[in-house]
Amino acid sequence: MMRWIEPALAVALAVVWISPLVFAVWAAFHGVSDAINFRLFSPITLENFRTAWEGAPWLRYFFNSFLLVTTILIGQFVLATLAGFAFAQVQFRGRDALFTLVLLQLFILPEVLIVENYRVAANLGLIDSIIGIGAPYMASAFGIFLMRQAFKSVPKELDEAARVEGCSLLGVLWRVYVPAARPTYIAYALVSVSTHWNNFLWPLIVTNSDSTRPLTVGLSIFGAPENGVDISVISAATVMVIAPLLLLFLLFQRQFVQAFLTAGIK
Amino acid sequence: MTRYSAVAAIFAATTALVNPAAAETELTMYYPIAVGGPLTQVVDGIVDDFMTENPDIKVNAIYAGNYDDTRIKALAALEAGEPAQLAVMFSIDAYDLIEQDLIVPFEDLTDDSNWLNSFYPALMANSKIEGKTWGIPFQRSTIVAYYNKDMFRAAGLDPEKAPTTWDEMIEMGKALSNDDHYGLMIPSTGYPYWMFQALAIQNGKEVMSNDGTTTFFNDKDVVDTLDFWKSLSSEHRIMPEGTVEWGTLRQAFLEGKTAMMWHSTGNLTAVKNNAEFDFGVAMLPGNVRLGSPTGGGNFYVFKDASDEEKNAALKLIQFMTAPEQAAEWSIATGYMGVSPAAYETDALKAYAAEFPPALVARDQLEHAVAEFSTFETARVRDGLNAAIQSALTGDKSAAEALIEAQAAAERQLSAYK
Amino acid sequence: MSHANTPDRQRRAIHGWLLLSPALIMLSAFALYPSVATLWTSLWSRGTRRRPSEFVGLDGYRQLLDDPTFWKVVSNNLIYAGITIPASMVIALTMALWANSKMPARSFLRTAYFTPTVLPMIAAGNLWLFFYTPSFGILNKIGALFGAEAVNWLGQPDTALWAICMVTIWKEAGFFMIFYLAALQTIPPDLREAAEIEGASRWTYTRRIVLPLLMPTTLFILVNAMINSVKLIDHLFILTKGGPSDSSKLILYYIWENAFAYFDRPAAAAMTVLVLIALGALAAFQFLVLDRRTHYR
Repeated sequence: MMRWIEPALAVALAVVWISPLVFAVWAAFHGVSDAINFRLFSPITLENFRTAWEGAPWLRYFFNSFLLVTTILIGQFVLATLAGFAFAQVQFRGRDALFTLVLLQLFILPEVLIVENYRVAANLGLIDSIIGIGAPYMASAFGIFLMRQAFKSVPKELDEAARVEGCSLLGVLWRVYVPAARPTYIAYALVSVSTHWNNFLWPLIVTNSDSTRPLTVGLSIFGAPENGVDISVISAATVMVIAPLLLLFLLFQRQFVQAFLTAGIK
Repeated sequence: MTRYSAVAAIFAATTALVNPAAAETELTMYYPIAVGGPLTQVVDGIVDDFMTENPDIKVNAIYAGNYDDTRIKALAALEAGEPAQLAVMFSIDAYDLIEQDLIVPFEDLTDDSNWLNSFYPALMANSKIEGKTWGIPFQRSTIVAYYNKDMFRAAGLDPEKAPTTWDEMIEMGKALSNDDHYGLMIPSTGYPYWMFQALAIQNGKEVMSNDGTTTFFNDKDVVDTLDFWKSLSSEHRIMPEGTVEWGTLRQAFLEGKTAMMWHSTGNLTAVKNNAEFDFGVAMLPGNVRLGSPTGGGNFYVFKDASDEEKNAALKLIQFMTAPEQAAEWSIATGYMGVSPAAYETDALKAYAAEFPPALVARDQLEHAVAEFSTFETARVRDGLNAAIQSALTGDKSAAEALIEAQAAAERQLSAYK
Repeated sequence: MSHANTPDRQRRAIHGWLLLSPALIMLSAFALYPSVATLWTSLWSRGTRRRPSEFVGLDGYRQLLDDPTFWKVVSNNLIYAGITIPASMVIALTMALWANSKMPARSFLRTAYFTPTVLPMIAAGNLWLFFYTPSFGILNKIGALFGAEAVNWLGQPDTALWAICMVTIWKEAGFFMIFYLAALQTIPPDLREAAEIEGASRWTYTRRIVLPLLMPTTLFILVNAMINSVKLIDHLFILTKGGPSDSSKLILYYIWENAFAYFDRPAAAAMTVLVLIALGALAAFQFLVLDRRTHYR
């Protein structure tokens, strides 16, 4: 008897945890009135999806989000690789002081600096552009730290062998270190993509038009019309927005969880 | 239009130099409706008609969501040097827009005083400041009472007679309240000050002066008004406790969770299309007098625009507020036709004959007053909103909450006196 | 390597700086310069048509400290942190222990717990709106089955902040679970066997052996949770917008409101500076106190 209590609690918690999602999916496929009155056997409809789909340029938003996470990821990879390599394998004066400075950025959250970052972006002409949304996140202290750790664990012999063969510094980085750090790159990519796919506040501030708005901002504007909301349509839009990442997560769950572990614990 | 970087902008500029054929005036208009909704198609349609008539003007409409989002977006664009020549924003933003030196009065753009005088005076009240006209009404509303006639019948009330006084409202509300639904819901999130202002006017008292520098929150009649609102739930039990959500209220009304609701006329068409019961629309009831504030959005023209752009913007505004378009807009949404002439068009006459509630908002205009607006309006308004909500939720007494809000408002307005 | 000659050292320095420069430029543009500029902005008054901006020193801070809403927001944020941090950590640990035990449906549990983590906070706000809405929200429907009074979760000062906290806990617990799970998997199984031979109960084993071993992970999660208690405010935009009467307004939301709704940049800047100071203290705590013991090795 006692043996069953804990598993029951565990499952109950799991059910509670996914219930918001389940209800949203349920509401998305039913008429408003059926949805909120829980008529269990009411007909399933795709009408909400049609209304939601026609209600905003979702394809454009998807494309923007995709472009955004790609831009950020490329920027982060380049910057973090170069900086991480310098911190890990090039010895020069001032390096440790600089590293501390970079680590400080772990706490200077871009989210808190929205006001001045907005001005910087405006001065650089980056308002309402994908680059503008991505720029504050490109030099990620977290990424630099992660790559430094990864590069530090590369065996010195590989490095020296490559140098003996006449590779330049960047050549060594590209041929030896980058391939060796592949798992870290994958882990970092997953963390970065899921963070920025879901980011909201900064994109809300920087974007002005449909041609740059990512999904999260599009969803928030879609969900807050002047004169009231339709729960079923909002649910449909929400389900639509979260579906791609959710499916990817369910398909690659193991790698996903592993990625978060690599990124967080090492 | 996406600009990926400053480099791309330079590229674009170079292309424009190479290709001077595009000698047209380009206007960017910020508009407060949700992107892609049915209303964007209406606005897009009107804008397309305008561009067909004026091939040398190109209009980009940016749909920015609700009023707050639109103001934030438009002003952010201006600050960042992005193009923005005109916008529909809250009629009550006028003081702040003037103070930040962002808009021009229409007297600077046109001598056509006939046109400026062609709108309902009540709708101009918020935009006449310092003797000039700063905004032209377009997406305008008042508060009206929607009621469920089926529920009136079920409660043994005359479905053609909505309450006209506070006492009647309470009495009928009690008859209409039961375990399944409430008698009345007045929304208290989103725009609580708006509903409150309606009640205060009905109680015979304005909550602010005409020059935007003084508020009267701690006036006895104003405090009594808030006590009255609170009593609808605490004493008379015809309204739910706590706040009533603006955004989901229409849904609650359509779901039969309340027999009456106060809401913007801007909801009229949506209610008409979705109600599965017989519903009516009535003017708000009165106590000392009848009354409702006006609400909604005006056209503003930004100062930074070039003269050419300002003229094009004026043309667009004149086109959009012309009787035919105003009538089309009113029919599509429930917002008001902004001029008496709009109600004389065949389209709106025919519509009103078929659907008389479309005229309620207009008829109420003779009792309407300017919407709550002061300098520092967003802050002062948020202070009032917070006071209303604290009283309704029982956090503070009405007097206590309003005295605090008054003190805060005086602090914020002291610089403007 | 330490005896390298001077030209070699110079070359390395040049290489080092060249490699670092892109990151340093971006960091300067979007972290260091804005921090300094924020401080500078906070010392000026707001410019209007009547009164151009002027240098006012610490006056802006004084006004901020006189602003009752500011204090309300600070105390809200402390409550928010005080509830969400311990709650999400305890739930995360429980989840991890369950997901790591030999329970049936283990992978279902893990997936269910982790799923909220991959959803945008904005979407989460929409999902929960459906739960909280009065008259037809799910919580009230469930309550009604047990005869409970309908509660206006988001519309009352007493419950609004709690409702916001609940969403945050829901979103964070699964994320933190992952870190605990990883740490649990590094605990050698023979420890457990040894404990069983000694006749220790499962609770004793957890308390005396597992929890101490999880300490570094706990500290790492704690720092993350503290940062998140400043950062995670997206759902406010959907659920309450800080209301009713500011009862669920958090600092970052108020900064946003001051800067972009009231156009009072100096007030927003002053608040930002205070938040940066608080985060700086947190950073010092992290580096000086926790660094040796946690994952930064």
